[in-house]
Amino acid sequence: MAARTRPLSPHLQVYRLPLVAVMSITHRITGVGLAIGTILLAAWLGAGAYSPDAYTGMSAFLGSWIGYVLLFLWSVALYYHLCNGIRHLFWDIGKGFVLADAHRANAIVLAATVVLTVVTWVVALAR
Amino acid sequence: MDTKHKSMRAPLAKVRGLGSAKEGVGHFWHQRLTAIALVPLTIWFVISVIALAGADLGAWHHWISRPGNTTLMIILIGMVFYHGVLGLQVVVEDYVHGEAAKMTSLILIKFAALLLAVFSAVAVLRVAFAGG
Repeated sequence: MAARTRPLSPHLQVYRLPLVAVMSITHRITGVGLAIGTILLAAWLGAGAYSPDAYTGMSAFLGSWIGYVLLFLWSVALYYHLCNGIRHLFWDIGKGFVLADAHRANAIVLAATVVLTVVTWVVALAR
Repeated sequence: MDTKHKSMRAPLAKVRGLGSAKEGVGHFWHQRLTAIALVPLTIWFVISVIALAGADLGAWHHWISRPGNTTLMIILIGMVFYHGVLGLQVVVEDYVHGEAAKMTSLILIKFAALLLAVFSAVAVLRVAFAGG
């Protein structure tokens, strides 16, 4: 192939994604995860409405270590998607596209996710 | 009007319900509306779940049966599943390229979401009206 002097667009496998891009794909991944998690929401409501045994089983499952791991991942995904989603709403009205603002929003979203998750679990476990 | 690109179509016809999916900005707008609604609903739901952690069935029924909670749960269920379908639709459209696989995935997602949404809503209403 003849020498190409035109610039190539960044290729995903050799291009180190900037944090904004990583956070963008994370928004999708957490969204898909939360969508799958709605099965658990439906199961929780169905168990409570139709079967005391299933409700007891569900409570035991959610109180086990694997239940705690699932709930923890759910809380992180939910808070991340919530905070980053609010940032997307600002983007939708045309605010926050300047690089400095995008970097600041990265930090705010990540910090808010951590703080909300920690506060939630401190409160939940203290009860 | 731009006279360099002459077209027989009126500007209104260009923007009304067009785009590749023939639905204009409907998808975009509904995704944003449900997102806005879900901000306060999510916060309310998480606080409620923490308060309900470890609750026995009686306390759970009592909580669901309170009119405000029943109402917000039904709205939350509608918003969550609609927002989820709209989001999954974008993901499928971006990454599933075969037309048959794409259509199949989209149809399955919509049917599954409808099933889960109606199941969830009926469960909430049953507790609210019949006490579980």
